Amino acid sequence: MIENADQIFVLLKHWAVGFLPAGWQGIAGVILSVVAILVVFPSLFAVAVWMERKGLARMQNRIGPNRVGPIGLLQPIADAVKSLTKEDIVPLRADAVVHFMAPVALVVVVFMGIAVLPMGRNMTFVSMDAGLLFFFAMGASTELSVFMAGWSSRNKYSLLGAMRGVAQMISYEVPLLMSSVAVVMITGSLSLDKIVEAQNQYTWGLPHWYIFTPWGLAAFLMYATAATAETNRSPFDLPEGESELVAGYFTEYSGFKWALFFLGEYVGMLSISGLGTTLFLGGWSSPFAFLGWVPSWFWFFSKVMMSIAVFIWIRGTLPRLRQDQLMNFAWKFVIPFTLLDLAVAALWRFMSDGWARWVVCSAILLLAYALMGGVSMSRKHLGLRTYRYAE
Amino acid sequence: MLGEGILKGLAETAKNFAGSFVSAERLTTVQYPEQRIAPIEATRDFPFLVYDGNDWEAGMRCVACQICEKECPPKCIYIVKSADKKPDALGKPQFYPARFDIDISVCMSCQICVEVCPFEAIKMDTEFELSTTDRFGGLLFDRKELAKSNEHYHKIHPTEAAEVDARLAAQKVKSDAKSDAALAAAAAKAAAPAKPVPAAASPATKPEGGEEKP
Amino acid sequence: MSFAFYVIAALAVAGGLAAILLKNTVHCALALTVAFAGLAMMFLELDAQFAGFAQILVYVGAVAILIVFAILLTRNAETPKDGVYSKNWFVGLVIAAAVFAVLGWAVLHSMRVLPHETAVPAVTVLDIGNALMGRYVLPLEIVALLLTAALIGAVIVAMHEKERAK
Repeated sequence: MIENADQIFVLLKHWAVGFLPAGWQGIAGVILSVVAILVVFPSLFAVAVWMERKGLARMQNRIGPNRVGPIGLLQPIADAVKSLTKEDIVPLRADAVVHFMAPVALVVVVFMGIAVLPMGRNMTFVSMDAGLLFFFAMGASTELSVFMAGWSSRNKYSLLGAMRGVAQMISYEVPLLMSSVAVVMITGSLSLDKIVEAQNQYTWGLPHWYIFTPWGLAAFLMYATAATAETNRSPFDLPEGESELVAGYFTEYSGFKWALFFLGEYVGMLSISGLGTTLFLGGWSSPFAFLGWVPSWFWFFSKVMMSIAVFIWIRGTLPRLRQDQLMNFAWKFVIPFTLLDLAVAALWRFMSDGWARWVVCSAILLLAYALMGGVSMSRKHLGLRTYRYAE
Repeated sequence: MLGEGILKGLAETAKNFAGSFVSAERLTTVQYPEQRIAPIEATRDFPFLVYDGNDWEAGMRCVACQICEKECPPKCIYIVKSADKKPDALGKPQFYPARFDIDISVCMSCQICVEVCPFEAIKMDTEFELSTTDRFGGLLFDRKELAKSNEHYHKIHPTEAAEVDARLAAQKVKSDAKSDAALAAAAAKAAAPAKPVPAAASPATKPEGGEEKP
Repeated sequence: MSFAFYVIAALAVAGGLAAILLKNTVHCALALTVAFAGLAMMFLELDAQFAGFAQILVYVGAVAILIVFAILLTRNAETPKDGVYSKNWFVGLVIAAAVFAVLGWAVLHSMRVLPHETAVPAVTVLDIGNALMGRYVLPLEIVALLLTAALIGAVIVAMHEKERAK
């Protein structure tokens, strides 16, 4: 019975596909899974949009939308109707083909990344050996879409936003990958299924999630920072800075194309949270051994929504970082710390199990954090201002 | 230590989030238009003309001196003086405005018209829900729309209205005293020549008449 | 040679042709990206998962962006006045034919040397990792040195520009 609840979607798929002749069953199964993903993730996107507006509002001492449905639950539908019925304006001198392809490229790539996430026991859409690499390959392609959007608009503010966006995304690509490499090193496989399986063990009722290890916590924090920067969320949302660049690289988009960008951004947030959950928070494994009866997909999605809530919380708290502060932070703090974390993870692996490795690894990481943090927080002496003019 | 500020900020936002459900201090939103916050006394939106008593035409304090029209920075007041005069609150015959138009789409609520009016005739109202679909005529108020009673003035600006009433009452007392004294002087002047006029008495009355002049 | 191979090959060739025939330089860069993606799909069709995804990650994700930045920052995005076709096209043709001949000879020669394998060898990422750390560790380290040198060189060039601008 518990087994059935856990595997309910898999069983449903087998039952539905069983109606077709044997030759068609494979492809029908694939199509069914695709339809399921295309239904679930946009619904989660609607929930995330609602959460964001209400959550941010409450953090800012105000109520969010509360007129459309009870407590504003139908607001995402109203937003969707508005986006779909708005006039689709393409600037006269804009590059029409590239302007059209940019949001399409973003949405396609972002949805492809979801394909390898293990959403429950036996619920990975495509279970491949190099799953993590596939996800990052898809993530790298989103930068191209950002650039295409900014350049094709023939708008200097869009181009500026796109350049900043691409520079930021490339810079934070490195710590994103490095922190995942630590996980891969400890697990010994690039397959996301195996990573979750490795975390699905319990000692004294507590799980073996990687976030509960010193190197895992450090890697998770770096991953979260890099993920916030990759999806252009506050405090790294200068490329789409609402108060500076109107909307940055997607200024010239209206109507459905803008809705696609919005969708792409939020589904990107969902998928990168999904990956973070898989790598560090144990994916679909439950937090306590005695709660194993709760279906695995429930744990996965609740962890993803909690990550979204944390994204929203951080957005409501922190001011925006300036471009040079952002880049300095990436190259001078996050990347060295991630490299050190990689070394500490290796040390963890080679030391035998026991309290010694906990103490040593935690000590190294805390010391490094305090030192690097102290250096970066030291007040720069203000001297005579020097100017450098563009040639 | 690095990250301390962020954690403090996160705690504050979390307090805001949780507190907004329980305490009114952390949720300052008012569900307009079902609920409204009462405006403070010094609120000012657009001018109105004050009238005393029940008849807005007879009791209007405005004497069409046109000082507010000249002083208004965006020139939103348009006044046409009347041809005849009517007695004002002090009994003196004064002109009155045949037309007094304010275009509130131009008015910038600077209150200069109120500050320069010598007759306490124009004051600031607190009404702001004046939206209309008629872009030009709907926002041009004539003197009938602008005329509001002194009771209304007391309701929206009680302290100010009390001061203005006190000042007007004092003025009225002074002018009454003056008119009484003038009446007494005129009566004395009328009474004095009734006496038989010796040549010695006339120089005696002249300095008296001179002193009685205000 | 399956149907999938022909489709992917057509895509890659179309991308490459578009990259040289289009007028707008940024369009050419984007067409080149399509060609890279076509190559990646070719790798995936041959079951070389690591090579395919690494191709996307590196080429589409980084090299394409690099090319685009280079185009935009050197202010050559406008079409050159005297057309896109070079004047010494004959020399270009000869060189391209020579390169094609060398590559073709290498491919055909290797097909004759290697035994005909009926089964596709299953190469997992683990095998690649072992090979890199075992048999090919020296080339790996040399490539790493080369990349470091390139990075440092880029920083020095940028610094020199800053000093020159001062």
